[in-house]
Amino acid sequence: MAEAHPVGFQWVAEAKARGAKLVHVDPRFTRTSAMADKHVHIRAGTDIALLGGLIRHVIENDMWFKEYVTHYTNAAHLVDEGYQDTEDLDGLFSGFDKDTGGYDNATWQYEKDPYEADGIAKDMTLQHPRSVFQILRRHYSRYTPEMVGNVTGIKTEDFLELAELIGKNSGRERTTVMAYALGWTQHSMGSQFIRTAAILQLLLGNMGRPGGGIMALRGHATIQGSSDIPTLFNLLPGYLPFPVAGKHDTLRDYLDDAVPKDQKGFWSNGDAYMVSLLKAWFGDDATEENDFGYQYLPRLTGAHGTYQTLMRMFDKSVDGYFVLGQNPAVGSANGRMQRLGMSNLKWMVVRDFQLIETATWWKEGPEIATGELKTEDIATEVFFMPAANHTEKAGTFTQTQRLVQWRHQAITPPGDARSELEFFYDLGVRLKEKLKDSTDPRDKPLQAMTWDYPVDEHGEPSAEAVLKEINGYYTTGPNAGKPVDNFNQYKADGSTAGGCWIYAGVYAGGINHAANRVPGKDQDEMAHQWAWAWPANRRILYNRASADLDGNPWSERKKLVWWDEEQEVWTGKDVPDFPIKRPPSTKTAHDTHGPDALAGDDPFIMQSDGKGWLFAPKGMNDGPMPTHFEPAESPVTNPLYPQQESPSRVLITSRGNQLAPAGDQPGAEVFPHVFTTYRLTEHQTAGGMSRFLPYLSELQPEMFVEVSQELAAEAGLEPYGWATIASPRGAIEAKVLVTQRMQPVVAGGKTVHQIGMPFHFGVGNQALVTGDSVNDLLGMTLDPNVYIQSAKAVACTIMPGRRPRGPALVKFVEDLREQAGITVLTGHRRLTFERDAETMEVSDPPTLTDPEPHTGE
Amino acid sequence: MARFSVLGWPVFRQAKSKDKLGRGPAVESPKYANMRPRTEDADKVVQSVCPYCAVGCGQRIYVKDDEVIHIEGDPDSPISRGRLCPKGAASEQLVNTPVRQKTILYRRPYGTDWEELDLETAMEMITERFLEARRNHWEDFDEHGSPVNRTMGIASLGGATIDNEENYLIKKLFSAAGAVQIENQARI
Repeated sequence: MAEAHPVGFQWVAEAKARGAKLVHVDPRFTRTSAMADKHVHIRAGTDIALLGGLIRHVIENDMWFKEYVTHYTNAAHLVDEGYQDTEDLDGLFSGFDKDTGGYDNATWQYEKDPYEADGIAKDMTLQHPRSVFQILRRHYSRYTPEMVGNVTGIKTEDFLELAELIGKNSGRERTTVMAYALGWTQHSMGSQFIRTAAILQLLLGNMGRPGGGIMALRGHATIQGSSDIPTLFNLLPGYLPFPVAGKHDTLRDYLDDAVPKDQKGFWSNGDAYMVSLLKAWFGDDATEENDFGYQYLPRLTGAHGTYQTLMRMFDKSVDGYFVLGQNPAVGSANGRMQRLGMSNLKWMVVRDFQLIETATWWKEGPEIATGELKTEDIATEVFFMPAANHTEKAGTFTQTQRLVQWRHQAITPPGDARSELEFFYDLGVRLKEKLKDSTDPRDKPLQAMTWDYPVDEHGEPSAEAVLKEINGYYTTGPNAGKPVDNFNQYKADGSTAGGCWIYAGVYAGGINHAANRVPGKDQDEMAHQWAWAWPANRRILYNRASADLDGNPWSERKKLVWWDEEQEVWTGKDVPDFPIKRPPSTKTAHDTHGPDALAGDDPFIMQSDGKGWLFAPKGMNDGPMPTHFEPAESPVTNPLYPQQESPSRVLITSRGNQLAPAGDQPGAEVFPHVFTTYRLTEHQTAGGMSRFLPYLSELQPEMFVEVSQELAAEAGLEPYGWATIASPRGAIEAKVLVTQRMQPVVAGGKTVHQIGMPFHFGVGNQALVTGDSVNDLLGMTLDPNVYIQSAKAVACTIMPGRRPRGPALVKFVEDLREQAGITVLTGHRRLTFERDAETMEVSDPPTLTDPEPHTGE
Repeated sequence: MARFSVLGWPVFRQAKSKDKLGRGPAVESPKYANMRPRTEDADKVVQSVCPYCAVGCGQRIYVKDDEVIHIEGDPDSPISRGRLCPKGAASEQLVNTPVRQKTILYRRPYGTDWEELDLETAMEMITERFLEARRNHWEDFDEHGSPVNRTMGIASLGGATIDNEENYLIKKLFSAAGAVQIENQARI
């Protein structure tokens, strides 16, 4: 955090100055570690084992927050009789489909009890063997301090110190906060890493309270906004799922499946959010008779993420590619495949400030040097369209704590540079113009799309008009045209339009609240008058959990939101995240649904049972509770289960995306080390916003590889000399930095060397500083929930000297693959064990043969 | 060289100006006294937000003659309290770096170098290609006969410094055009 979010880190320093303890868990010792009370050196990719060990420690040593857990989480809920755990099935949950790697979650559901108002069977003593609490306890029972040490490489005394610290620093009087970044997300089990942290924080009563929670330290100015108002294939604005063919053929199908009316909580109002979105997009053409234009929306038939789309490029199935302020030639996993993929396009539009590597790969990319591509043979047309920067346009960024901040425009963009707003507005105008007389029903959605935004004298559309549409407005009645004040005003009958329900209120009263700028020194620490946070300018989510069952703060020190007995309302320092007049004593009534069904002790108002989920009956594709598996191509054999890797990971089978053998398999010794990628303070992601700036380029001028003294000695690496680092996907070179910040760890009885490399450098002639790109070494092995790539624990080998040049580089990598006996199916086995039904003995499954025809080059 | 004068002695100057620590008037040259921050020349100061990481530090943009002359931290921001990291502090160069590309470039199929294009031509070419790609890979139904109403011929990948309003228009336009392969750094 001190390196990648230095200004945010000032608040950690403030907390520390007030007596908070800071523990940094990281494979590297960084500037954050230097400021911390303790640095815990972990083997990359093993965080579920550590967090699972902490969960076990907290339960077995009675450190969990009993009142909170019993009433605010689903600990007391009973789970279906058919449920089987990874402890019963060697690393699998019940419902596994060995062909797809997915799960049928039928047996993960709660047991029904018609006598309970919410229909869920419970045991408030938490003793029932099928209660979530007991299932959780058994699930993590083998994550002992010794096992944690064996998996993660963390010394037992370090683990115990951490466990005691966290446990004792949680409860009524104190809270613990966890902060994470891509070190937790860029794994084939990234979503489950975060789930483990959520379970631990719920057990400790650290959610919905000041100084608690889990902070996603996001890496880009509005990466939060990019998920809220998503340019992501699987989402519509406000986290409404994108419609799926077969499942959501009609609006009714969609609403019944995605946002069922008969569930508890605010998602029950999803029909109003969806219909208002359709009204915002299709205006007068969205009527009750045509399901508000629902049929105008395209449908999904599976995952259409950026890596799946890349593989379709190789099949010549994608003609055109827009790349907007993004540099996949350097920043996406498996850079070589990214560049080769682009050479299969008919055309691409690159919009950026500079000639980034994604704009120049066709003449300056590494594959031109190796001879794999020849400029004269590449058919791809490339349009480079210069972009306006943050000073040259107005609009909002949503930062990492959901704060939506308006930027005023300072100057007009130079030359041909334009904002995305102007570019896409213009493109939309042109598309509509060309199709205006079409009678083809395929063109109807574009014809119906509302697209009348006021433009200024330079042709720039009004971002404020767009923000008003996002906020939502009335379409009929006396208030027609006026903005809504909050999402409770969204209606499912077409009388409101709104582009993103969670942003409702940002333009309440016709005022741009994202531009609110009361100086911090003139307000309290919640700073509600600086910008606007979704939802409803609430700064801490689920903050009803900051009060006890009776609605009183858990402690004076930690008071945030409470029930005012006299006024009969929830009140406090933050905007209460609960039906404002619902007394804490309220019980759920039979046959109620939606917000009305929320009991006084249901703080998690978006959950279908009002509770924080220790166990997730739905929503996760790879299991209701996180389970430790080794990362793909890990040198360590999973000490916890015979199942080596996550059986649900998404595999992309291609000659350009081959995997190293794992554990003790033959050939694993060819790629014996693990590397992890990281950021530098002075650079930004793939370098498009930093390697072209003189100051930043001077501060961090070249690519390097950080190794321990032990590995340097073992591999014969000279400090400040060159090293070649290779994976089954490629080989790069970097200057050697030998430090004590990297340390070998002992795990699974093996010494594992960990290597660190920054991912900001790329090959081209335009940037002020260039270098080989570490992402060329990454494979595309994805998380089955969010399709993010595994980038933080990857197999490699390292040797002194520069890498080969020209075609010899390709040969060099091929030879290494051959030496390791790698085929396209290496590492592709979903199940890594077989258990004989009679003897119950575990054995290796038969070898994978019959390589399927692979996509890709 | 100027003539020696006892009045020029640092100790004398320090004593005379009662500058105990020797960091005040005693060491102030006329050049220093006449120095003015370039922010003073600004026509206007605009409140903005840093475009790098997601902390969301406040920035003040100093503008003269429609050019950014300086960017510094906004002390009013309760998040950053006036601070910027090396990237945020260097962001004036993001605007004014000499290697910034300000004109449209075009690389034709099999071309070996860039060519210049005017805005109107480029936009028309992109619009036509968009419609053609949309048509080439249009799908009305999936293999089970469910409607899909989409094109698989167009994809997009955006960075996470694209404003909410911009993402909104991108999502709206691509969805209405039937393009579903719309992605963002948030996946990566």
